[in-house]
Amino acid sequence: MPRYEYSRYLQGRYEVHGRDFVDAGLVSSQIKKSLKDKGIHEDIIRRIAIIAFEAEVNIISYATFGTISYYLLPDSIVFEAIDEGQGIDDIEQALEEGFSTADDSIREMGFGAGMGLSNIKKSSDVFEITSEIGRGTCVKSIIMLNGKE
Amino acid sequence: MTLSEVRDLLEADVVIGGEKLDQEVHTAFGADLMSDVLAFARSGCLLITGLANLQSVRTAYALDIAAIVICRGKALADSFLETAKELGIPILWTPLIMFESCGRLYQAGITGCVREILIEEKTRAKI
Amino acid sequence: MMLETVSERLSLKCKCCWENLKREVTGGYAGDLLSDVMANSSAGNIWVTRQVHQNIVAVAALKEHAAIVIVQGATPEKETLDKATKEGIPILVADMGEFEVVGRLHRLLYPDQG
Repeated sequence: MPRYEYSRYLQGRYEVHGRDFVDAGLVSSQIKKSLKDKGIHEDIIRRIAIIAFEAEVNIISYATFGTISYYLLPDSIVFEAIDEGQGIDDIEQALEEGFSTADDSIREMGFGAGMGLSNIKKSSDVFEITSEIGRGTCVKSIIMLNGKE
Repeated sequence: MTLSEVRDLLEADVVIGGEKLDQEVHTAFGADLMSDVLAFARSGCLLITGLANLQSVRTAYALDIAAIVICRGKALADSFLETAKELGIPILWTPLIMFESCGRLYQAGITGCVREILIEEKTRAKI
Repeated sequence: MMLETVSERLSLKCKCCWENLKREVTGGYAGDLLSDVMANSSAGNIWVTRQVHQNIVAVAALKEHAAIVIVQGATPEKETLDKATKEGIPILVADMGEFEVVGRLHRLLYPDQG
């Protein structure tokens, strides 16, 4: 689905900065709060909160800067995380559970077990990732509301 | 088991959420890695961790976790307590290590919770 | 209790250093933050963790742990097993999550606390 088709449903956009570990999870909490106010079903909110958290940690760990946006459509929620950073060389490998290029500083913060991208994929109904080495990565997830709104 | 029973069993202090001590918990997840909690823990469980930072609180919030038990007597920063209060996550604090905390809860009948498959049927289509 | 008995009773899969399973386990330690394990675990402990990175072996060797138990069916990296073989630290894998493994281990080591 091209962005012009859903851009008018934008609900929130957040900036995330690389190596800013203190803020990891902040966007997830903010999105969750705002979806609760809108009366979205708790199972859907939980999945979005997980996706947002993992996306934030990825940007903080591996990119210099990124933007997280989410769109509330009549039948679905579209989530986007676009970053400027090192990019991913082998996407298939990066999606494997347990594969990680995290360093000790990331692990001591409680992350870097290699579950991030696979967890985003697992929590999404539709998942798409594109990446360019030296440029950055774009992760897009769609969660269907299935009448649960 | 109620949170007040958890408190007694783990010789814990209730630091945040004293008004929620009647809340029942049946399952628990022990981890210091929040990536594991995000990937495997179920909502409604008790999270036992030695990670007393904003990330453990936000992880608990994301997953609708019932309460966090901070083990190993880890010092609690003001920012941690404020965020837990703001997000409504009860915090129990115990000097016991994770091994002892999980062990006592297990022997008292709490079971481990691991989310096997998040969503059974998924539609995989191109965006 | 003998490490071998623990391994059998919890149905752990031994990945290396079978010859060292005759060790005595003095207690357990659970944790995933290496700095914490370095600071707080004791010699003879069986260390339960979700970390699979090779640095866990250095910590276990330094603290003279009886063995490392990797939980949730995670696969130790090849470098981790190579290093563990060199250091003589048995690596055991459990299918259960950390809470369940620790709980069963605790019941085995301290059955009177049930």
